[in-house]
Amino acid sequence: MKNKTSSNRITGLFDRLKAEKKKGFIAFVTAGDPDIGTTKKIIRELENSGADMIELGIPFSDPMADGPTIQASYERAVKGGVHLTDVLKLVADVRKQSETPLVLFGYYNPIFSYGLKKFAKDAAASGADGVLIVDLPPEEAGELKTELDKNGVDLIFLLTPTSDDSRIRLVASKASGFIYFVSVAGVTGARSSVAGDLHANIRRVRKHTKLPLGVGFGISTPKQAKEVCRSADAAVVGSAIVSVIARNKGPRLIKELGSFVSGIKRGI
Amino acid sequence: MTKTPDRLGHFGIYGGRYISETLMPAVLELEKAYLRWKKDPAFKKELAYYLGEYVGRPTPLYHAERLTKLAGGADIFLKREDLCHTGAHKINNTIGQILLAKRMGKKRVIAETGAGQHGVATATVAAMFGLECDVYMGEDDIKRQMPNVFRMKLLGARVVPVTSGSKTLKDAMNEALRDWVTNVYNTFYIIGTVAGPHPYPMLVRDFQSIIGKEARSQAKKIIGRLPDLLVACVGGGSNALGLFHPFINDKKVKMTGVEAGGKGLSTGHHAASINGGRVGVLHGNKTYLLQDKFGQIIDTHSISAGLDYPGVGPEHAWLNDIGRVDYKTITDKEALEGFKALTLSEGIIPALESSHAVSYALKAARDMKKGSSVIVCLSGRGDKDLNTVSKAFNFEI
Repeated sequence: MKNKTSSNRITGLFDRLKAEKKKGFIAFVTAGDPDIGTTKKIIRELENSGADMIELGIPFSDPMADGPTIQASYERAVKGGVHLTDVLKLVADVRKQSETPLVLFGYYNPIFSYGLKKFAKDAAASGADGVLIVDLPPEEAGELKTELDKNGVDLIFLLTPTSDDSRIRLVASKASGFIYFVSVAGVTGARSSVAGDLHANIRRVRKHTKLPLGVGFGISTPKQAKEVCRSADAAVVGSAIVSVIARNKGPRLIKELGSFVSGIKRGI
Repeated sequence: MTKTPDRLGHFGIYGGRYISETLMPAVLELEKAYLRWKKDPAFKKELAYYLGEYVGRPTPLYHAERLTKLAGGADIFLKREDLCHTGAHKINNTIGQILLAKRMGKKRVIAETGAGQHGVATATVAAMFGLECDVYMGEDDIKRQMPNVFRMKLLGARVVPVTSGSKTLKDAMNEALRDWVTNVYNTFYIIGTVAGPHPYPMLVRDFQSIIGKEARSQAKKIIGRLPDLLVACVGGGSNALGLFHPFINDKKVKMTGVEAGGKGLSTGHHAASINGGRVGVLHGNKTYLLQDKFGQIIDTHSISAGLDYPGVGPEHAWLNDIGRVDYKTITDKEALEGFKALTLSEGIIPALESSHAVSYALKAARDMKKGSSVIVCLSGRGDKDLNTVSKAFNFEI
């Protein structure tokens, strides 16, 4: 049995960052965009260029919390026939040579369809450290959380600028690993600047939890990542990485990705 | 029968709230507002006023004698929702929701639409109350329901074409949810069917229940007793639940929801979520969904845009499981036969959605005893479908 205080790779990462007085960089990519083999190379490059944690998007036909960039990326992966089973295999494969924390990121239906018990078991066996489901608020998460807890996998919850104190308390009471704070009300995708109320919102959340806070949505430049990390423990960059992947092919893809990701890392 | 849904919006295992955390405060606020205002005498009075003087309620319960003769069995009665202002039952719900939006201080409303009936009903009430209105509509639906697109534009709404996914109702709903999550502070999302996160399935059902309440008292007057069977088409299922719900505790009244069988269940080209799908989670609720073995939502097909949706309201999923309502399918071809039959025998041109119910009722009435009775929800009129129907009948217009 695992709980908030146990140490897995996620907790280990945030403990280490805290001890070193550093901030974390979380990179998101869609698994299977453009294909599973390339995603494996992409993950290695993300690690080499300084990503502290990797979120792997599970392709879904109806990504209603995502903006156009990640929508298109999910669409490419679904078209390529990449599904949850392939993502779990990929995680197992990556885990053979990597100790980087890996979080599965996606929508509930593919996981529900896979079977919650089986998913929790297989996710743990593959070496995934956490699961984040954008359309599964704490009210509906009980069954999956029980299964993930049994298998020592964190269920990561979200908080947002619309969250009032009662939502923050509820989420904080269920969360483990870290809390993902969504910087703006909206879908994923690049924004021109960091939300003005971000730091105040983060202060509000910290009153109710000691868990680390990762901040995502709309962060696409080193400057924005730096700004976010003034109060957050980690910055999540997704759409900007996905669009580098969408724009490039072959060795050029890995090179461009490396230089983009190193840039963000330097910002943090 | 237990009172549904529960506090968190569950109908048995179905329903609930499967949405992003950003929207949770908005649906909680909506639930609170609805529970408060639905008991408020001034709200009830205002709703009743607009339903009467603006929508044109009560709608008739019409004894379709020639259609009855054609079936040769039970008496067929039509609940004439096609006579509502804007030509369908959808406005019963949009009036209710916009009165809530106004009381909640929202300045803008958004909606998703398939056939365009809910879009038109939303654009109509937005025009009447002076609120800004954006309607999301799949590009494919825009093509097949042009007259409704033009109506929405005339009414001052912005019709936003949705080009993602299957370019139909499901994708319009995705896009409306993306808009809502972005503009949640000032925007009220008027969902058009008994689906979505709690409280929508309950709230839309309640606003549509006026159909069944009227039909129940009209039946007592006209038939002298309650009907033996209720029939309504089911896409998301708002007209069906509106008719069925007030009869739920009348154990002797049978109910059949008619799903879109498209080209036939065995072809895979249909939109019959209960008959051809399995349980899953989409658009904020747990329900029957048309999906592949990986949990990806699959493309649906129906000749009627309003039924062309891979899910169904969670209360229908539950009513199916507990056996209170039967769910059957009618194919495109059968729906067109129903369309023709009603048009020629009664001089009433039904919407293609409603034609599914008409077609099933004809079959069912045939097998019922003389003197028994069927109420069919004629949920909308067919003007919007003339393009589709003319193509199906090879008639140039």
